[in-house]
Amino acid sequence: MSDYRIQGETGEWEVVVGLEVHAQVTSNAKLFSGAATAFGAEPNTQVSLVDAAMPGMLPVPNRECIRQAVRTGMAIEAQINKWSRFDRKNYFYADLPQGYQISQLYHPIVGEGAIDISLDEKNPDAAGKRIGVERIHVEQDAGKLMHDQHPTQSYVDLNRSGVALMEIVSKPDLASPAETGAYLRKLRSILRYVGSCDGNMEEGSMRADVNVSVRKPGDELGTRTETKNVNSVRFVMAVVEQEARRQVEVLEAGGKIQQETRLYDPDRNETRSMRSKEDAHDYRYFPDPDLLPLVLDDAFLAECRASLPELPDAKRARYEALGITAYQATVLTAEVEAARWFDALLDAGVKPAAAANWTTSELFGALNRTGKDIENSPVSPAQAAELLGLIADGTLSGSLAKQVFEVMLETGDGAAKVVEDRGLKQTSDTGAIEAVIAEVMAANAEKVADYRGGKDKLFGFFVGQTMKAMGGKANPAVVNEVLKGMLGESVAS
Amino acid sequence: MSVDTATVKRIASLARIAITDEDAARMAPELGNILGWIEMLEEVDTTGIEPMTAVIPNTLRLRDDVVNADPLTGGGIREQVLANAPVAEHGFFAVPKVIE
Amino acid sequence: MTDLTDLGIAGIRDGVRDGSFRAREVADAFIAKVSKAKALNAFLVETPDHAIAAATAADTAREAGETLKPLAGVPIGMKDLFCTKGVTTTAASHILEGFTPTYESTVSQNLWDAGAGMLGKLNMDQFAMGSSNETSAFGNVISPWKRNDGGNASLAPGGSSGGSSSAVAARLCPGATGTDTGGSIRQPAAFTGISGIKPTYGRCSRWGTIAFASSLDQAGPMARDVKDCAILLEAMAGFDAKDGTSLQLDVPKWEAGLSANLNGLRVGIPKEYRVDGMPEEIEALWQQGIDWLKDAGATIVEVSLPHTKYALPAYYIIAPAEASSNLARYDGVRYGIRDLPTGAGLQDMYAATRADGFGPEVKRRIMIGTYVLSAGFYDAYYTQAQKVRTLIARDFERAWETCDVLLTPTAPSAAFALGEKSADPIAMYLNDVFTVPSSLAGLPAMSVPGGLDKQGLPLGLQIIGKPLDEQGVLNAGLAIEQRAGFTARPEAWW
Repeated sequence: MSDYRIQGETGEWEVVVGLEVHAQVTSNAKLFSGAATAFGAEPNTQVSLVDAAMPGMLPVPNRECIRQAVRTGMAIEAQINKWSRFDRKNYFYADLPQGYQISQLYHPIVGEGAIDISLDEKNPDAAGKRIGVERIHVEQDAGKLMHDQHPTQSYVDLNRSGVALMEIVSKPDLASPAETGAYLRKLRSILRYVGSCDGNMEEGSMRADVNVSVRKPGDELGTRTETKNVNSVRFVMAVVEQEARRQVEVLEAGGKIQQETRLYDPDRNETRSMRSKEDAHDYRYFPDPDLLPLVLDDAFLAECRASLPELPDAKRARYEALGITAYQATVLTAEVEAARWFDALLDAGVKPAAAANWTTSELFGALNRTGKDIENSPVSPAQAAELLGLIADGTLSGSLAKQVFEVMLETGDGAAKVVEDRGLKQTSDTGAIEAVIAEVMAANAEKVADYRGGKDKLFGFFVGQTMKAMGGKANPAVVNEVLKGMLGESVAS
Repeated sequence: MSVDTATVKRIASLARIAITDEDAARMAPELGNILGWIEMLEEVDTTGIEPMTAVIPNTLRLRDDVVNADPLTGGGIREQVLANAPVAEHGFFAVPKVIE
Repeated sequence: MTDLTDLGIAGIRDGVRDGSFRAREVADAFIAKVSKAKALNAFLVETPDHAIAAATAADTAREAGETLKPLAGVPIGMKDLFCTKGVTTTAASHILEGFTPTYESTVSQNLWDAGAGMLGKLNMDQFAMGSSNETSAFGNVISPWKRNDGGNASLAPGGSSGGSSSAVAARLCPGATGTDTGGSIRQPAAFTGISGIKPTYGRCSRWGTIAFASSLDQAGPMARDVKDCAILLEAMAGFDAKDGTSLQLDVPKWEAGLSANLNGLRVGIPKEYRVDGMPEEIEALWQQGIDWLKDAGATIVEVSLPHTKYALPAYYIIAPAEASSNLARYDGVRYGIRDLPTGAGLQDMYAATRADGFGPEVKRRIMIGTYVLSAGFYDAYYTQAQKVRTLIARDFERAWETCDVLLTPTAPSAAFALGEKSADPIAMYLNDVFTVPSSLAGLPAMSVPGGLDKQGLPLGLQIIGKPLDEQGVLNAGLAIEQRAGFTARPEAWW
């Protein structure tokens, strides 16, 4: 049970949220034509006669788009419908050349599934919640209209028209902005793991329609509104909050919620009603007569399943079983690129706990500082493995390793080479260490006496002095050993 | 089956066909007749019958995911796509400005 | 000196092949006839250059001793529903006036690949919606036939392929393409005394053919005899990967398989096709057809197709529904005309363009289609119609247990006068009563001329076959053709 509530004047209100996420399918060509799908091309250069809805044109579905939808369904443990059908959704708009969108209403390709979210992503022990997914279906994306290029005309670019979309419809199980954000982030992560959508909301390859209603606890579901085409997680969460508050205000003032379509204005942080595009949304859905029913055979389904990578939840569980902390496991598996990088590090033989510690603090720290993401990491898993190997075999102390890492980041050189070039090996030569400690003790006779007299905290002073005198290259464990021997015990009188 | 002028105008609006009140009034009985005639189908007992989905048994073939595999259904043909446009500018189709 | 324009497709093909005449002579003869026949209004666009180029290629190939293509030297008429590259294609509608496709339909491309040439684009009912060629935005097509009552009334050539039927009957071309959604090849063929076949749904590709009703539309040949239809259909048909409903099957050698020996064939006579008020002459011709088939060796059985009377209403729900969606793309944005009243926004532009661009019958069908698909009516109309369609298809399947082909009249009357039926849409729709059921079931069906009525007008007989059995249909048609001895031809008044 979520405990998020909106405080109204007449009491507390619950929020009920459902998300319809439109995710552009990663494929080379469009859903029903051979035109390319790459982002950013010159207008109307990725448009076939089919996408332009020229007279006599016909759709033929792209197997890869179907495959990606099935793989996505499998990743959320959804029912895969071996028999499904395409339907036409009829309406008139300049970005919809056919005058209808080919979609799937009556018999979608994927049925019910679920996505597990954490109610507090920063707390690995936080409770989880299972959010139901109603269905996933495949449909055509529309083109783009530009309104600001000309005073009296809008310009139509059909490059995006016909690109495959997966519409992923959640059940109305979300109850707060935080849950909605967590769901969207988790969904995005799964899509990127599966490789069926790049989840890039700024570029528009993933957008959300946010359905919001409010009710007093225990009441029936209220009337919902739909805020369309929200293109960031932050905005989606803001929409939930703003729209829920707006609805509470309306209802408490005695008004009714209109079932309508709204748009989010990020500059004003508010939703507003859209001018209606279509008569009361009478889309006159009917099965597309140009497309026979879609039938998936067992071989196809088996290949889809076999092609799935280890998914985030499973990977997190595996890391934890290897001794990595729950928090680190969450961090490492949040994004598929980081997980892949880390898996490569493990494959190179680095012990899991050490690998996780180093990656989450040193590597991620460096990437944050330099503003890079892991795909552009200046240090590869192989290079990191080499560095961590030098720590494990005693060549480098932890602090020396940090120094080496800094140089590696700058120069791109491998760890061994850096150590070699700059003589950064740590020394475990007891003789040399003894000699230096002797000098330190000689230069600090009073402190020696104080230590022996009971001020045991001075031990750290001697360690520091020794390390400094040796340019940081002494093996700290050996220094400790030898120092203990040479200082003797610290005994209070 | 009677169809009133208001219904005719609503359907015409859905179908994006401008219609004058006179034409709507004239069409109403015409459409009413046709709809009345096709209502004869109500007589047929179709319990347990599935709607026809494929006229001749056939399965939906899927295409390989290759860009421009067939030039006739591929992209990169902007000139052709715009060739018959009533108004085309700077590589776009132009339409009266839409305000959202 | 043979009038080359009296030759059919086979005659021309063989004559060019064996050198009796040159393809260029044939092309020139037909081009001349076409240009003098404007009174029929069969052609919307004449393309003599196309025909000449194809003829020249045939002659050159022959002179070089190459094997000639299957239709080398044969010029044909192309219904204006097929997109032809560089040649305006309008579907006989004002809304597509000036539209010049940059692509070629698969069916027409197949014909050009086979060596045929194009004499021009043929007039038709607008968007293939009609049974009399009275809905064209570019004027009616007038049948070359006249009643023998001396009245000189202009008669309908049938529809929607009225330009095709008229042109073939008037010997303006030896063959033409048509399309058939509810009878638009067969009925005009019957009205003008020629032959035409609608193949099994999916035999001919629909890619590049302007869509009317997707689950019903099929291209097919119209010519003056069964053999010519077989030749033309072989060239037109074939699997097309660009059409998801295209049948992935080799094209049978229908011409080579022609045989009028019907021994062992069972011919079904569906009793429900004997409608109330059926003209006596049609009934008589039907009986005549039965006798002819018996004479060819067939046995006759009575069968029942109990849902026959529901076929027309089911068709007039399904076809308009599909059409209302297929025609949504004609909006003035990307091709065709655009009407932009002053101050009009986008949606007003759509409404004005479509009101101006579509003819009354097209509007009527779009409205019916929009209505039956709209919220609240979908189940009662559309779903019910598709269920009835299943029942109609099952009726045929059951009939095939006791027979191999069916024999029926093609149309409930001979050609009527232009204007006679256009006042009442339903009266016009009833023209398709015999042809629509086989369209709904996707079955191959053809019309062949059986004789003339009292007024000297042609009457046709229809043969319907099992799915993929065009051969059976053609063979039965051939048996009738050989016995009917139909040699009547319209006297040139144009």
